[in-house]
Amino acid sequence: MSHGGSVGPVGGARHSAHWIRLILLLPFLAMAWVPSYNAVEPRLAGVPFFYWYQILWILLAALLVAIVYRVEHRSAEA
Amino acid sequence: MNWTATIVFVALFGLVTALGFFAAQWRRGDLGLLHEWGLGGHRFGTFVTWFLLGGDLYTAYTFVAVPALIYGAGALGFFAVPYTVVIYPILYVVFPRLWLVAHRHGYVTVSDFIRGRFGNRWLALAVAVTGLVATMPYIALQLVGITVVIGALGFPGTGLAGDLPLIIAFVILAAFTYTSGLRAPALIAVVKDLLIYLTVFAAVIAVPMQLGGFGAIFAKIPAAKLTLPVPPPGTMGLYSGYATLAIGSAFALFLYPHSITGILSSSSAGVIRRNAAILPAYSLMLGLLALLGFMALALGVGQLAEYADGFKRYGPNFAVPALILAIFPSWFAGVAFAAVAIGALVPAAIMSIATANLFTRNIWREFLNPACTDAEEAGIAKIASLVVKVGALFFIIFLPQQYAIQLQLLGGIWIIQTAPSVMLGLYTRFFNSWALLLGWVAGIVSGTWMAATLAFRGAIFPLHLFGLTVPGYAALYSVLINLLVAAALSLAFNAVGSDRDVTLNEDYA
Repeated sequence: MSHGGSVGPVGGARHSAHWIRLILLLPFLAMAWVPSYNAVEPRLAGVPFFYWYQILWILLAALLVAIVYRVEHRSAEA
Repeated sequence: MNWTATIVFVALFGLVTALGFFAAQWRRGDLGLLHEWGLGGHRFGTFVTWFLLGGDLYTAYTFVAVPALIYGAGALGFFAVPYTVVIYPILYVVFPRLWLVAHRHGYVTVSDFIRGRFGNRWLALAVAVTGLVATMPYIALQLVGITVVIGALGFPGTGLAGDLPLIIAFVILAAFTYTSGLRAPALIAVVKDLLIYLTVFAAVIAVPMQLGGFGAIFAKIPAAKLTLPVPPPGTMGLYSGYATLAIGSAFALFLYPHSITGILSSSSAGVIRRNAAILPAYSLMLGLLALLGFMALALGVGQLAEYADGFKRYGPNFAVPALILAIFPSWFAGVAFAAVAIGALVPAAIMSIATANLFTRNIWREFLNPACTDAEEAGIAKIASLVVKVGALFFIIFLPQQYAIQLQLLGGIWIIQTAPSVMLGLYTRFFNSWALLLGWVAGIVSGTWMAATLAFRGAIFPLHLFGLTVPGYAALYSVLINLLVAAALSLAFNAVGSDRDVTLNEDYA
């Protein structure tokens, strides 16, 4: 039982970080890489790329979170 | 005076007032206990939490200010979208752990967690005070949202007659928060969201139809506003500014007391994880809403004589109300304005409850009256929620609006300084509480200094690094200083002694 004094991780070995969580870094990388989307073309239905691309990432990030949720909750049931 | 819109507005406002009082009966609990009054008794499932957090995080001020920023500054104002893209991975990974440990130990506030996790009441106090100070101007800003729509209804903007509608709205808010606690904003959030969705989708469909499609709207926008300026040599310009603003704001968001209150009121950690996947529906709406700023620009509402007075009084914040008045019939303008005003009540109620919880648990009970009973504790919290709201009201009525905006900007820089204690405290026992406290001091001082060099007008600090200028969000830079100080001192302090941690490893899983 490690608490109250030991210097180390909280949650110990039971906290097994799922590798699938790494895909949650993708939204950060995509959004931090501003030059990749700072453009007008290609437009979508008249909307410049800058705007529709970032709105698209709202959906992609939600999808990635949903994938992690599905994977983790399936393995929790197993 | 726009009577049709005003009547619709008042009717909808009356409806939510009734709901606010009725909420005391909903999912009944003993409202004489702090976790019942201030956290809804942890009874909120996936669906209610979705509405509650949606109403909590996407505030009325957001609805007015984000399109206003796009209207004024163009592409830079769109940073709210990448910001809301990255908040949900953070919510998914970090905050279910906080919920678990809070549930295990009966923590009502984040400072309760700090107190238990580090056994250091001074660090807990620092975190509580940061939350209180950062939230106060945020509540005041919600009032700015209400003021703008009341002005758009045609009420005079000055004198007692101008302030009266705002005072009435606040008395109502204070009364139902006092009686019903967190249940009131949770129930009202449902109505508010339906109205907001209705308004945004109507605008996103109606405006392009009137103006000839999105292509025609964007064709009217000057090219310089459509994208960020390409940085000149020697600086990363707005590229780093935009990215750090989005990511820094995202790390700050869930540290605000009202976010934590929304998270802790849910009925399980799974509710939070599921919400991290479904809350982005609000971000989608925010993205569309941001585009209303361009629509207002394309329609040229700033040049129309009938709105000149509104723009003079409220600046770019009047862009969306003017757009709504210009394209919708009066009755629908009433619906839209009610959506904004009710959208201000929900977060204002949650913020005042969250600050009341902090004050009561972590200042009053911890330092002033440790012997108080549970009923006394809930009573003090109810009174504290009133004091907080009266304070915010005085702020808006007697001080220039600019102060609230500047203080809220500083609030973002301050609240992020609690990130090392709260977020890393959930994962590692490496950090020593006194080191974290000194890191917090370093972060607050350096962040405030950076904002001061910008005359408190902006938060993008031009950092000079080996001959390259990297403009970035002051909150992010200052929290890195905080983290370095906390880590370095922890190495030293851990050699001397360690904190008294009452949380166990299995509390977090």
